[in-house]
Amino acid sequence: MTLLWIALLPLLGVLVPVLTAQRGRRFCSMATAVLPATALVMTLLNVPALLDGEQLRFSATWMPELALDLAFRLDGLTLLFNLLILGIGLLIILYAHYYLAKDEPFGRFYAFLMLFMASMVGISMSDNLILLWLFWELTSLSSFLLIGFWSHQSDARKGARMALTVTGAGGLALLAGLLLLGDMAGSFNMGDVLASGDAILADPRYPVMLVLVLLGAFTKSAQFPFHFWLPHAMAAPTPVSAYLHSATMVKAGIFLMARLHPAIAGSELWSVVVSLVGIVTMLYGAWFALVKTDLKGILAFSTVSHLGLITVLLGIGSPMAILAALFHILNHATFKAALFMSAGIIDHEAGTRELKQLGGLKKAMPVTALLTTLAAAAMAGVPLFNGFLSKEMFFTESLETPVLGGISWLLPALAALGGILSVAYSLRLVHAVFFKPAREAPPKSPHEPPHLMRLPVEILVVLCVVVGLFPALMATGLLSLASQAVIGSPLDFHLAIWHGVNLPLIMSLLAFVVGIALYWRHADMRRFTQQFAGVDARRVFERILISIGYRAEQAIGALEGNSLQRYVGWLWLAALIMGAIGLVQMGNLTGSAGNQPLDGVLILGAGMLMFGGVATAATHRYRLISLLMLSVVGLFVALTFARFSAPDLALTQLSVEVVTMILLMLALFFLPQKTPRESSPLRNVRDMLLAGSLGLVIASLNYAVLTRDTLSISNFFVENSKSGGGGYNVVNVILVDFRGFDTLGEITVLAIAGLAIFKLLNRLRLFMPHSDGEGRVWSPDRYPAVLTSISMTLLPLALLVSAFIFLRGHNQPGGGFIAGLITAVALILLYMARGVEWAQARLDFPFQPVAVIGVAVATLTGLGSWLFGHPFLTSAFGYFSLPLIGTFELATALLFDLGVYLAVVGATLMILANLGKVTTAHRPVTEASEKETDANAATPSAQEPR
Amino acid sequence: MELLYAMTTGVLTACGLYLMLRGRTFPVVVGLTLLSYAVNLFLFSMGGLTTDGPAIVSEENGYADPLPQALVLTAIVIGFAMTAFVVILAMRARSEVGNDHVDGKKEDRE
Repeated sequence: MTLLWIALLPLLGVLVPVLTAQRGRRFCSMATAVLPATALVMTLLNVPALLDGEQLRFSATWMPELALDLAFRLDGLTLLFNLLILGIGLLIILYAHYYLAKDEPFGRFYAFLMLFMASMVGISMSDNLILLWLFWELTSLSSFLLIGFWSHQSDARKGARMALTVTGAGGLALLAGLLLLGDMAGSFNMGDVLASGDAILADPRYPVMLVLVLLGAFTKSAQFPFHFWLPHAMAAPTPVSAYLHSATMVKAGIFLMARLHPAIAGSELWSVVVSLVGIVTMLYGAWFALVKTDLKGILAFSTVSHLGLITVLLGIGSPMAILAALFHILNHATFKAALFMSAGIIDHEAGTRELKQLGGLKKAMPVTALLTTLAAAAMAGVPLFNGFLSKEMFFTESLETPVLGGISWLLPALAALGGILSVAYSLRLVHAVFFKPAREAPPKSPHEPPHLMRLPVEILVVLCVVVGLFPALMATGLLSLASQAVIGSPLDFHLAIWHGVNLPLIMSLLAFVVGIALYWRHADMRRFTQQFAGVDARRVFERILISIGYRAEQAIGALEGNSLQRYVGWLWLAALIMGAIGLVQMGNLTGSAGNQPLDGVLILGAGMLMFGGVATAATHRYRLISLLMLSVVGLFVALTFARFSAPDLALTQLSVEVVTMILLMLALFFLPQKTPRESSPLRNVRDMLLAGSLGLVIASLNYAVLTRDTLSISNFFVENSKSGGGGYNVVNVILVDFRGFDTLGEITVLAIAGLAIFKLLNRLRLFMPHSDGEGRVWSPDRYPAVLTSISMTLLPLALLVSAFIFLRGHNQPGGGFIAGLITAVALILLYMARGVEWAQARLDFPFQPVAVIGVAVATLTGLGSWLFGHPFLTSAFGYFSLPLIGTFELATALLFDLGVYLAVVGATLMILANLGKVTTAHRPVTEASEKETDANAATPSAQEPR
Repeated sequence: MELLYAMTTGVLTACGLYLMLRGRTFPVVVGLTLLSYAVNLFLFSMGGLTTDGPAIVSEENGYADPLPQALVLTAIVIGFAMTAFVVILAMRARSEVGNDHVDGKKEDRE
């Protein structure tokens, strides 16, 4: 259980700075440090159990269907990394306390930092591949936030984006690799995976998996050629660089390679790829560290170089090489974090990180100078410092490995070259900043930082020296635990400073002599490198991003070119092909069920439908005629429904037909009356062919279905309609009871569409024609007397009919939808006959609430069943009797249908009445825009559309 | 009868699709309406074509399939809402852009 807490405490720690930021920085920093400190102590408390050889595991099922368990482990490797992450993390909190400027949001900074720390601890402790990947992604995200912390700087934003792109892409590759790995091992549990190394190596998918996993590790650990994001991530505040880019995040890739070493490392492919990438990275980074002039840039490239060194060791893969790799992880984290923090101090106190403006700082900052020199000595591998020990081990391993076959002699040579460069850039760093006289004055006059700001550096430098002096005492215990976790068996080793005069020692000496000489001739070398035009990785990266975007745009442009017609054309073509494929695969178009007999009425109806359809299409340039033809189709569709035993549908179609026509007529008033001829004949033929073929496909499909026996689930509805829903009209019972939830969704959509239209009409500026397409002026008789009197008579009748249709809906054709439409049509007729002014005076309320109330009534009816302990939308019904009237039925479904009714009335009127009002003083406007619209209105006088 | 019904659906679909490939908003809206008629007829026929058997529970046998009817009923109403939305969008586009071309580009290609 303590394992879970170690993993969770830093995550809980994200909340601490957020909650305590109000209480001042001192309090906030101290409070933030509490939880990671506790986690560190808890980790250490587990050490005795670890030494006893106990398996420390915690596991809880989380999402078994995704093979994701909340599983943590604590072994030697985890211990090493937890100490680094939590220990250095605490030092960073202290350092950041002094580093951040007064007005900077430290609470937010600490929260990001804690999030990062929690995700690193998660990586280190995960005992499940998927869980490990989740934390891996979390480090990418939190480091994005940290690198981009100074979001006002363009450098920081671009650096953060680049880091996220590279590590995020690597993370995706890693996910694919881990899924393969888990599949090959048969389990996503870390222990099982590590134990099934042989099966994994024998699997044919091994190379693919290895490349994917290594892509993840290399991008994260800034290995060549993915190293370029790391120097640009230096735009982050220095505490972030010290923490993420030296001690922890860039080590995540190394950690992954070490963690999975037993499972995936035993192949030649691994050795060659990993050691080659490592050696190239090491030399590349070291070279650029030598020529950079920005303090943090030098450190960034030297980090790249050292990560390469560790990677080479993991590639070599012998037990002693693993040990050296782990040792160097520890050593590099200590001296590099110290150096970064020193660089931050110099930047903070001198105001610049440019070597040109720095120099001779020894006098102003003696203590910092001493600390930096010691840490740099450790980096260079000077004897009696920790860096010396792991570098000697590296040289030894490079001499002994057969990893590159016949050219394995190259490895020690390149290793020595790396050593030379590392001596040179370490020397340069110290000499140029502290000892060489300055060429330009720094922006601020430098002085020593507050003592507590220096404290983390002091602690780390002391560690460097103590480990360097007493390696056997200080590091043996930790390293034997860690190496045992990677190798699987205890390793017998002895850390010592003096091994006698041997080849590695000579290599070290050579590195020092040549390295110092190289720095001495540094000016010549700079001149030499200046001949080559430098490649700015960021610019290349951004150019690639832009060109990808451009290519994508071009491809889309070539395909559909922002043209709806082409887009729709492609869509139809795709549908045509898919449909045709389906039809071709069908053996026989006509099914077993034969044709029913035809009669004259049917032929007439079908003829009218086809005629109406073709006429609508043929006359589409004369819009009014086309619309009239469309209404013919609509009416005959209603008749079709009536003919084939669907009275509810016929009623609905009829009333919708009326409102649709009114709507389209109104719209046509504001749109051009004619369509210009613009399609070429060729295009018309093409479109006709496309539409015609698709029509054929649809007709064939429809015919194929109609001539086959259907297997319907409707028997259930028919059988339970009376007993379960209390209604005889099965269609209505389905709508308000069986499938009530669907209906609720649909009336919600209806209400939303109405509201959206209301918003669209808001502030709509329209061109209002004073004549029709042929130039005829609108009839002066706006409100014809016949229409007026008929509509007045019709209104109460229509409302009565709608009430009747509504009430009988449960048992006879009818219901809320139809009744709502009839009411809406009756009211619209009133608007048309008497004008908006007249209707507005009598119907002075907005329709939006009506629709909303409708949806609310339906929802509340559904919720009501909860009160009686039934599921949502369970309906109840009962029979009551009153004198005179007799027995009648009351059902909650009726209440639901009332909601439907209100929603339909509200939405329909919201659409039509508001559209009609657009031209009048009652047009929909929000209060804020009222003035503007008044000023813009073309003709405020009522010009009623008809 | 089945053949005639299928032909009708096909013709309406083809006309609707043809209109939707036009370059001006109004024919596209009309085409959309026509297409939704065709789709509703198509969906409706999925339960088979029944004469004289409305889905009202009674003593007689032989009902039409009520499920496609219920689905089509809501489809009709939603279809109206969508048509309304599209046509108002077209009006809005004309007022903002100055023409009624479907691509909503500023320059009028008339």
